[in-house]
Amino acid sequence: MNTQEIFEKFIQIIKQYVKDAGRLENATMDTAIIQDLKVNSARLVDIIIQSEDAFDIEIDDDDADRIKTVGDAVKVIERKLCVTQ
Amino acid sequence: MKNRVVVTGMGVVSPNAIGLDNFEKALRIGKSGIRFIPRLEELKFSCRIGGVPENFDRAWAEYFSTKHSSCQNDNIGYASVAAIEAWHDAGLNLPEEEDPADWDSGTIFGCGVCGMEAIASTVVPTVNDGKVRRLGSQVVEQVMGSGISAHIAGILGLGNQVTSNSSACSTGTEAIIDAALRIRMGLAKRMVAGGAEGASPYTWGGFDSMRVLARKFNDQPEKGSRPMSASACGFVPGAGAGALVLEDLKTATERNSRIYAEVTGVMVNCGGQRSGGSMTAPNPAGVQRCIKDAINDAGITAREIDAINGHLTATFADPGEIKNWSGALGRGPDGFPYINSTKSMIGHCLGAAGAIETIAAVLELFKGFIHPSINCEDIHPEIEPFAGRVVRTCMDLPEIKTIAKASFGFGDVNSCLILKKWKQ
Repeated sequence: MNTQEIFEKFIQIIKQYVKDAGRLENATMDTAIIQDLKVNSARLVDIIIQSEDAFDIEIDDDDADRIKTVGDAVKVIERKLCVTQ
Repeated sequence: MKNRVVVTGMGVVSPNAIGLDNFEKALRIGKSGIRFIPRLEELKFSCRIGGVPENFDRAWAEYFSTKHSSCQNDNIGYASVAAIEAWHDAGLNLPEEEDPADWDSGTIFGCGVCGMEAIASTVVPTVNDGKVRRLGSQVVEQVMGSGISAHIAGILGLGNQVTSNSSACSTGTEAIIDAALRIRMGLAKRMVAGGAEGASPYTWGGFDSMRVLARKFNDQPEKGSRPMSASACGFVPGAGAGALVLEDLKTATERNSRIYAEVTGVMVNCGGQRSGGSMTAPNPAGVQRCIKDAINDAGITAREIDAINGHLTATFADPGEIKNWSGALGRGPDGFPYINSTKSMIGHCLGAAGAIETIAAVLELFKGFIHPSINCEDIHPEIEPFAGRVVRTCMDLPEIKTIAKASFGFGDVNSCLILKKWKQ
C-alpha cells in the first residue's frame, strides 16, 4: 500500500468525525486533525482504534500521542505496515 | 409570583406509534403496540412479549443526517427523536452549529435504567477480555446517568439546566414536575421535559425473575397488557420516549405559540417505605397525600377532576390504586372521574411511562376525547363498582377540562400532575 492509498483510506476513517464534510475536500498531509478539521479531541481515540482495525496494525499510546496532522497519522501507519510486512 | 407553565410542544416514540399524529390515531382506536419478542424466547424469559417502537430506524434517519451520525443506544435515540419532534412541534427551529447557547432553555430528561444494552453488549465483554483500550470515547457518554439530557442539550444548544432525573417508574412524570417548578420559579423560560427507556432483556430480566411480568399471553401479545382486568397477570415491559416542551405563559404568548394545556398542579413525594409501603409497594397514605397535594397546588377541589390517567400497570396493585384515587379525591364509585390506562396499549415503558402517558392526557384535553383502556372487558372484581367510569371505548368529551396524571415507582415514590385545558 503506497502513501497515497494510506492517505485516502485514513481520510475515509476520519470522515464520520468531521462535522463539516467540506473541510475534508482540501485536506493535505499538513492538515491538523483537531484544529483544521474540527474533530472533537475525544474522538481521536476512536480514530486510532478504527485505524488499527482497518490497517490490521497496533498503534501504541506513544505513537498515538504524536498524531496531530493527517500526515502524522499516515506516517505512523506506514511505519507499522512496513514492520508487519 | 409564580410563573404559569404551559405545554407548547410534544414528541413521542411509543410502541404503538412514532410521532404525535400517529400516536393520537393509535390512542383513539385502541391500538396495541405489544408484540412477540423472539429474543425473549431464546433467552427463556417467562414473559416473551413487549412493547418496542417499530421502524425506529426510519424515524431516526428522518431527523439525523451525518451531523449526529449514529445512534448507538436506543434510550438516547428514542429521547433525541422525541425531543426534536417536540421542539419542532412547539414552532421552534433547531439551532446551527455556530449559534450561541440558548441560556433560557434547558432539559430534565430521565430514564429508569440507562445504557443497559451498551453496558451488557460492549462494556462488560470488552473489559473482561482485557481489551479496555478498545472501548473508545463514546462509552461514557452512553452509560452516564445524564447521557440522555447531555445528547439532547447538544442537539438543541440548551444553556439552562441540563440534567437527567431517575425515580424508577415515576421518572417521566417527575421530570415534567421538576421542569415545571423551574419555570415557575423563573429560573428558565423553557424546558424540554421527558423520560426514555431502552428495550433490553438485561433491563427486563430482573422484573421477569421477580415474576411481575405478564407470562400468560405469549401467544396473544395484544391481549397481554391488561390493567384493571380480572385476568391481569403482570405488566408487559415497554420502551420508548416522550418529550414535552414546557414554557412560561408569558414567553409562549409573546411568540404566539399554540398552547396545548396548562400544568396547574404538581407534587412528588415518597411513602417512606412505611405503613404498608416498601421498596416495591406503595404506602397508601403517601399516594393519597401526593394526589391531594397536587390538587391543592392547582388551587382546585377534587370534584373538578374530570378524568384520571392512572399508573395502572396490570399487576396486583391496580385495585389498590383505584382505592387510593377514590380516597384521595373523596369520591366513591358513583361520583368517580373517568379513568383509563395508556399502558393497556403500550405496556409499561418504565422511565418513559409517565412522559408518554402525560402526552396522551394532554392530547385528550386538547382534542376533547378520552382514549379507551383496552383489555379490561373482564373488570377486576375489586374494581367492579367503578366499572361504569372505566373508559373502554373511545369517548368524545369536548367539555373535559381537567385531568390528573400520576405515576408511582419502586422506592415508594409518587408523582402527580394536574393538567388543565387551555382556554384563551
